[in-house]
Amino acid sequence: MNEFLFCTNHTFFARQAVPLHDFPVFRSLLLREVPNHEVAAFFAVPEQDEFFLYAALLNPEKHGLDVCSTKVGKSYPALTPELPALSWFERELFEQYRIEPIGHPRLKPLRFQSALNGTDNQRPEAGAAQYFTMQGTSVHEVAVGPVHAGVIELGHFRFQCMGEDVYSLEIELGYQHRGIEKMLEHGPDKKSAFLAETAAGDSSIAASLCYHRILEAAQDIRIPARAQALRQAALELERIANHIGDSGALSGDVAFLPTASYCGRIRGDFLNITAELSGNRFGRNYIATGGVRYDVSDDTAGKLLAKVNAGEKELMNALDLMFDEPSVLDRFENTGTVSEETARQIGMTGMAARASGLKRDLRISLGSPEFPEHLRQCASGRTGDVLARAAIRRDELEDSLAIVKKILSALPEGKCSENHADSVVLPADSMIFSLEEAWRGMLVHAAVTDSNGKFLRYKIIDPSFHNWGGLEMALRDQQISDFPICNKSFNLSYCGHDL
Amino acid sequence: MFKILRARLFQGYRTGKFPYAKPNLPAHFHGYPILDAAKLTQETIENCPVDAIKLSGGSATLDLGRCIFCGKCAEHSDAVLFTNEYRMGTMSRDGLIVNGIPSKADSAKAEGIRRLCGRSLKIRQVSAGGCAACELDFNVLHTLAWDMGRFGIQAVASPRHADALLVTGPVTKNMLTALKKTYDAMPKPCFVIVSGACAISGGLYRDQAETMNGVESVLPVDCYVPGCPPHPAVLLDALLRFIGSQAVAPKE
Ligand code: SF4
Ligand code: SF4
Repeated sequence: MNEFLFCTNHTFFARQAVPLHDFPVFRSLLLREVPNHEVAAFFAVPEQDEFFLYAALLNPEKHGLDVCSTKVGKSYPALTPELPALSWFERELFEQYRIEPIGHPRLKPLRFQSALNGTDNQRPEAGAAQYFTMQGTSVHEVAVGPVHAGVIELGHFRFQCMGEDVYSLEIELGYQHRGIEKMLEHGPDKKSAFLAETAAGDSSIAASLCYHRILEAAQDIRIPARAQALRQAALELERIANHIGDSGALSGDVAFLPTASYCGRIRGDFLNITAELSGNRFGRNYIATGGVRYDVSDDTAGKLLAKVNAGEKELMNALDLMFDEPSVLDRFENTGTVSEETARQIGMTGMAARASGLKRDLRISLGSPEFPEHLRQCASGRTGDVLARAAIRRDELEDSLAIVKKILSALPEGKCSENHADSVVLPADSMIFSLEEAWRGMLVHAAVTDSNGKFLRYKIIDPSFHNWGGLEMALRDQQISDFPICNKSFNLSYCGHDL
Repeated sequence: MFKILRARLFQGYRTGKFPYAKPNLPAHFHGYPILDAAKLTQETIENCPVDAIKLSGGSATLDLGRCIFCGKCAEHSDAVLFTNEYRMGTMSRDGLIVNGIPSKADSAKAEGIRRLCGRSLKIRQVSAGGCAACELDFNVLHTLAWDMGRFGIQAVASPRHADALLVTGPVTKNMLTALKKTYDAMPKPCFVIVSGACAISGGLYRDQAETMNGVESVLPVDCYVPGCPPHPAVLLDALLRFIGSQAVAPKE
């Protein structure tokens, strides 16, 4: 038997084809591979009283994924002590199916939800968890949230402090939990695309790409070049708008207001460009099975290109101001550092991982980009601090702007959508992984179908799921007053995590 | 210092003309729909992802409180036509039910609110689930492109300083307590504004085990802003009409 099944992105394969190992073999494979490979997914599919555990690891050499599986009962020996990157995954198994990873060092709820298989409807009270505490006369504990001071999502933060210094930060989420995975079971139906799309509103394009590529794979649809280009443009515009917003927010948090206010406005201009393409500032419902919903005329494409050019000039002017300001750089530098080693161990992804020096970008590792010349091989000598996470946004903005400009100035001819059947029949008893490099990092949608070709399980893994632990690590030995800029420098999604 | 001033000159004055002129809405914007019951088919009704369209006894309704403005119903039939009318916010739940007649901006409660708050409104925003796009497009009203502060509307950090609670999201079970506590902490009388299909009716997450069916199932609501998410112009227009501001009559 092979150790792994190799599969490419967006390709269905039979569940049977995935090697099924005894747990000790499965364990030793993961112990060998996880330290050097990104974990794309680690999740359970129930079968009677047992559970299949699937692990999917990125294989950047072959531009795909390696998948293997095992079967466990109500418990198994935890992998987290050796492989911290699996910590949140194992907590999720415990919460979703009450499978206990015995020996997990911090086994506590992730989203405070009822079990997915409905055998246990005991919903834990939101936020009520065992927190790590420190003892000592000058130790104090700071609790923040779920409702925060600003207009922002919900989460609970626990700091253990001595004076101003933070020794540990623990993050408990789940307040946004809507039960999206549960609602997607038995799909696809008329609601599925919208549920997948709204897992995290600021990553709608990436998420709907993941979803629709699954339906396209089922029907063997080839996307017209024009649609492909427009999709890529929309994805990069999403990245651009978010990176601009975060750059401005970082500037605002260290009280450097010019860049904060310019970026706030410029972000809106880029959202409006997405709206010109799609009718919605977040690109809702723009991606359709087979392509994109609306075509653009040459005239509109020209106008949008002019807007991108103008926006770029204003943006670079605003960013130059910030990066030339010693008082800003002083606050950013050596603040909230996550070392490359830590980032690797806890399995960070995307922009934040790249800022710590890891070369992790699906646009490169899955070999998908149409425009490789515009993606610089990032991440050599990145310092992993707030400054690195601010600087990498600037680099990525330049890359993405170049891609969008190139697309808008030379859109391939042809139609913007391929015809497809209205109701889709998925291959039965199969599995598919659909990944995109969303602006925060690796976004994974994994679908498992039942014998009728319906979703038996639809697993969404937002990049934030990998990176919240990074924020916890970034706060170690920092001043508590630096929390806002550390938080902004990651700007993770609460709802994408909570689902 | 000089660099900052130079940049200031370069960036220029960029606050939009709205609400003194019509907002710039994108070409494919979905605003207030017009509904033609005679052309409505069962298929269109059934295809709506949130079951917003109803047909009974020859008269049809479309509930803007549920609609996520996906445009599906208008795509394959001409029973529904989305106009670019952005003045969709209302002061009553019934006002969100479209029955064919084009909309008329609603100013029902404005007088009472003006007596209580003058023409200013301090808002405490609470996300109660949802996908975060609704709060992002409320946040955007603070940027200089919209500059909501010039109308006396401002988000505040403490519920104790707030006149109104602006809730987004369907109200997840996990947020029930925190939302109620926030409301309880506000000095009364106070108002509740709900923004987005989720907050009005549960939206996409309606009738699920993990969520409530919108804010109304928990708190009394005074102002409803439809959308998924509502465009900033839709939201700002609703807020301005809610406080009875003079600024809401753009020249045609
Ligand atoms: S636009 Fe609204 S009413 Fe029409 S199908 Fe979509 S959700 Fe339903
Ligand atoms: S109404 Fe739509 S945009 Fe607003 S939170 Fe709900 S899903 Fe997101």
